[in-house]
Amino acid sequence: MLIRRVKAWPYEQSWNGFSELDRLRRDLSELLQSPARQAGLDMPAGVFPFLHVTQDHENFYIRSEIPGMTLDQLDVSVTGRHVTISGERNIVSEDQKVRYHRREREGGKFRRQFNLPTDVDCDKVEAKYRHGVLMVILPKAESAKPRKISING
Amino acid sequence: MAQATQDIQARDKQEMKSNAEQTTPGRVFSPLVDIFEDDHALTIVADMPGVPSDNVSIDLQEDVLTLSGVPSLSIPDNEETIVQEFEIGKFFRHFTLSEVIDQANIKAHLNHGVLRVTLPKIGPAKPRKIQITEN
Repeated sequence: MLIRRVKAWPYEQSWNGFSELDRLRRDLSELLQSPARQAGLDMPAGVFPFLHVTQDHENFYIRSEIPGMTLDQLDVSVTGRHVTISGERNIVSEDQKVRYHRREREGGKFRRQFNLPTDVDCDKVEAKYRHGVLMVILPKAESAKPRKISING
Repeated sequence: MAQATQDIQARDKQEMKSNAEQTTPGRVFSPLVDIFEDDHALTIVADMPGVPSDNVSIDLQEDVLTLSGVPSLSIPDNEETIVQEFEIGKFFRHFTLSEVIDQANIKAHLNHGVLRVTLPKIGPAKPRKIQITEN
């Protein structure tokens, strides 16, 4: 994460030594204090597909870039707070006669598991696949939602 | 050819390496591509997840083909990030073509974030050889 940020430098504005240092310091402290880090969820990735997990008061949202899938090749399953995204990506083989110059896109099976911070309501989980991006909406279980306690005087 | 039993390796998105500075904010990534040709056409298949067809632009000028795409996906402000393993950004990549392309018949198709561009060939590009005359 940090390395990627450093690489991003030349693309941002012009070089200015001190403000770049400031930015690095900010990025570092952001990294160390991110909600993910606090929740102890900052697991190393390295497993396809990469995820972006967010939350609001009601739901968790998982987004993932998995281009070129069909719906029957994608599988999402949820139990408690445990989410599994799996599938198989087929790269259509072309005619034998074609000559390949580049072959960067990869096919194969994948399986990604993720633990959410709290339980979700499994029956109400929704998944959408649009423009090659999978989005899973997971409503938090009633017991996991923050509750407002009225204080009696 | 995809091997059905093989697992997909996780790969970070490659940031576009461009000499020109960006004039708009946000990161620009280089899409993964397959490029192949047969006797009639050159085909480029590019992964551009999150990009709707309205946001794709394909441009061929001289012999440089430029593919770009802007994803429609964005994270609403009221959502708090728990884990982020990838960034959303524009896709941009260009290619130098060695063949003369029939520009009028270029076809492009976008399916679930995969762009497929078929470029029919007219004939091999003629090398421009300059004759030097000597008195």
